[in-house]
Amino acid sequence: MGELKLMKGNEVLAEAAIRCGCDGYFGYPITPQSEVMETLMARQPWNETGMVVLQAESEVASINMVYGGAGAGKKVMTSSSSPGISLMAEGISYIAGSELPCLIVNVQRGGPGLGTIQPSQADYFQAVKGGGHGDYKLIVLAPASVQEMNDFVDLSFELAFKYRNPAMILTDGALGQMMEKVELADFKPRWTDEEIEEKSGSWATTGKPSSRKKNIVTSLEMDSNIMEANNHRFQEKYKKMEEDEVRYELFHCDDADFIIVAYGSSSRICQKSVEIARSKGLKVGLLRPITLFPFPNKIIAELARKAKGFLSVEMSSGQMVEDIKLAVYEAGRNTRVNHFGRTGGIIHTPEEVVEALEDKFSWELNYGVKRSY
Amino acid sequence: MTEEMIIAGFGGQGVLSMGKILAYSGIMEDKEVTWFPSYGPEMRGGTANVTVIISDTRISSPILQQFDTAIILNQQSMDKFEKSVKPGGTLLYDPNGVLTPPSRNDINIYKVEGTKTAIEMGNPKVFNMIVFGSYLKVRPILSLDNVEKGLEKSLPERYHKLIPLNLEAIKKGQAIVETVQEV
Repeated sequence: MGELKLMKGNEVLAEAAIRCGCDGYFGYPITPQSEVMETLMARQPWNETGMVVLQAESEVASINMVYGGAGAGKKVMTSSSSPGISLMAEGISYIAGSELPCLIVNVQRGGPGLGTIQPSQADYFQAVKGGGHGDYKLIVLAPASVQEMNDFVDLSFELAFKYRNPAMILTDGALGQMMEKVELADFKPRWTDEEIEEKSGSWATTGKPSSRKKNIVTSLEMDSNIMEANNHRFQEKYKKMEEDEVRYELFHCDDADFIIVAYGSSSRICQKSVEIARSKGLKVGLLRPITLFPFPNKIIAELARKAKGFLSVEMSSGQMVEDIKLAVYEAGRNTRVNHFGRTGGIIHTPEEVVEALEDKFSWELNYGVKRSY
Repeated sequence: MTEEMIIAGFGGQGVLSMGKILAYSGIMEDKEVTWFPSYGPEMRGGTANVTVIISDTRISSPILQQFDTAIILNQQSMDKFEKSVKPGGTLLYDPNGVLTPPSRNDINIYKVEGTKTAIEMGNPKVFNMIVFGSYLKVRPILSLDNVEKGLEKSLPERYHKLIPLNLEAIKKGQAIVETVQEV
């Protein structure tokens, strides 16, 4: 068993990066995730593993430093919070268009605009639908505990390199600021130049030997036919992710009439809501998507066969609810899908969720399922 | 066993660090723990509170409306959190910062003269450890051995020389806590 510690989610992100053999972190401070860079600077990993940590002059600069590092086949990352991620959107699109692996962490805060520094989940659309311009997807992982903040750093890099695609950890201020027991991973050495050549030599700009053609990292293609072929290749990749990489967790769903769908810190709150609802005799279960892209469509389709309703509980005005509706629609079901969530940095309480469920599904609770609406 | 608690007072009283030592002691006892602070632009003098959950099983929501135990160290926090104690739960307070004492009759109420005792001990900084000691007396969910280990883990090594002083404060708190009402 690894070392047990009491740490904040943000601190764990930094520690996990060092331990998984990350080569470089480039970032710019913003609440509520400033502890990520603070921890890295205090730890001085450049002495220990040789990892580079750099405070850039802006978010735009940091994401372009990530672009450069990723182009050289290095394990590189950045972290920010909502307004900072918006600034990075152009760079993220370039990285996706150049098919490069990297990790971007978004510790969400309330928006829009500068918003608030309190937790929120209103960047769901931005994370799973692209966010920048063009047809691209990120691999999006949503941790729900400080332990998962640790585990998903290494997992994100693994998936990012597997698909040559940027990965995002979508979390929020609550998990970033919260301390929990965490079992830290063991140290993995950073990749040597030879290992990088072996893993990524076919595309990374590692210095051209006479034995191979030059590798060019770019998202620009002036020939539309080639650009369309590139797009087809990207879509194939996203389809493959949807087939192979969906991750989710079920909690009391076996006999459930109503399924709460919630990710990240909201899923933790809803776990308690399920317990409260069950103590009142309501058969409620929880589906926690762990990957937000690829989204767990299939299990929703399966649950829709028996469930009387879905309640998407997010700290937003209703974003993930649209993906649940799509999954239910594509499964040919008419199960009702509702949304509940507080916004602007307010976190819903477990009791509020149960009240919302009883309110929004009052028809189903009193009369059963309506076959047409 | 699951203990869901809130510690609330002024910034600078050691509310967050008391929560941290409590959580670390919980880890030493092989429990699951969650420490969730109110965070924001507050500075010393503003209100500060932290939710601490210690449990034998996986912890669900860090956001709670109702608590098994509330440790209340100023009037604002009393106004806000007295009503959040579960019926049959525990409220521990220091009368020094509280003008209107708690009035509920369905909860256990204890008080500790923490501020006064800390000054008598010659070190106002041990205030939070005195209160912590009183908590451990009325809710004996952690052993003193594990609290000592928790202190070692949560304090940087350069402060380890202060552990005996902190333990003394904890023992003092255990001795001076007064029962106001038990249900």
